[in-house]
Amino acid sequence: MEREINIAKKADEFLQIFKKGEEFTQELLKENEKLRFRLAQLEDAIERSGDEAKIKLYEDRIKTTVDELNSLKERYRQVEEENKDFAVKYIEVEEENNNLANLYVASYQLHSTLDFNEVLRIVLEIVINLIGAEKFAVLLIEEKTNELVPVATEGMSIANVPKVKFGEGIIGTVAKEGESYFSEHIHNRSNGSEEEPIVGIPLKIKEHVIGVIAIYSLLAQKEKFSNIDYELFNLLAGHAATAIFSSRLYTQSERKLTTIQSFLDLLKEKPRR
Amino acid sequence: MPNILVVEDSPTMRQLISFAMKRIANSKVVEATDGVDALKKLSSEKIDLILADINMPVMDGLKLVSLVRGNSAYKSIPIIIITTEGAEEDKKKAIAIGANAYLPKPIQTQELIKLVNSIIGS
Repeated sequence: MEREINIAKKADEFLQIFKKGEEFTQELLKENEKLRFRLAQLEDAIERSGDEAKIKLYEDRIKTTVDELNSLKERYRQVEEENKDFAVKYIEVEEENNNLANLYVASYQLHSTLDFNEVLRIVLEIVINLIGAEKFAVLLIEEKTNELVPVATEGMSIANVPKVKFGEGIIGTVAKEGESYFSEHIHNRSNGSEEEPIVGIPLKIKEHVIGVIAIYSLLAQKEKFSNIDYELFNLLAGHAATAIFSSRLYTQSERKLTTIQSFLDLLKEKPRR
Repeated sequence: MPNILVVEDSPTMRQLISFAMKRIANSKVVEATDGVDALKKLSSEKIDLILADINMPVMDGLKLVSLVRGNSAYKSIPIIIITTEGAEEDKKKAIAIGANAYLPKPIQTQELIKLVNSIIGS
């Protein structure tokens, strides 16, 4: 009986121990659960704090990139402005280049010969092709009569261009004053009157006028005078005058030389007879 | 290297046009004083473009255009007419007989260079 009681007591003690063990295990499991939860919280916090740092980093980078972009846009705008300036300057230089080429060719041709008629032909060529005149005349001063006499014409008969007294009318005034004349309305006279030119250019050697280029009408497609036309008029005023004057002197001296030579030949031949 | 034939009786215009054409990269300029001279140059040189005046002695520019267009060896060569004849009917006539472009004088050099570049380029 006592043995049975002891067994029951021991079983009860064992049960108590088992229950305590169970309670302890339960507590351990709860603690474990708490720790797992805390661990998850910490991991989440660490992850979140990493994202924020990355976001901050990315935001900084975006800001830097936006600043760089704005700076590049500004530079691009400046370069574009510079390009526009260069393009305008390039066009101006090209135009200047072409104008200089025109002036060079005109000047070169005017001084390429000492033949009077050839020089007159070149003057006509320049006025037709480079200026775009349709009807015009070259008049030279006849010292003996003090008149301007037509020596070459284009688009009109030389007989239709009257001689002009020095100082009279537009042509005579241009010759007297040595100043170019430009009519305000270069296209309003379709009949191309031979009495009133629309342009008068004095042919001058320094201040000495030797003649006038009188333009009566322009080609239909020539709407207005440009800067290069005025440059060409200036060139003609000086270079054409020099070329005409020197070629006329040369032609006259050549003619005299031929006459003298013929006379000398005649003298040399006489004794033989 | 484009070979450009400049047909012009006026030495001033011939020199001026040649001057402008030499500014086109790698171009070579051949000069002729009239239509007959141009035909001689065409038979002796390989020409890629012709710039011709209309009013010339011996043979005018329009006759030259029709002869070039009638010759199987030269008919594909582009031709630009440069002339003082600025009327629309003159232009129509030149285009009708085979000119590719028509430029009335006085010419703007930049305009001519642009036109030549567009024709050679195409």
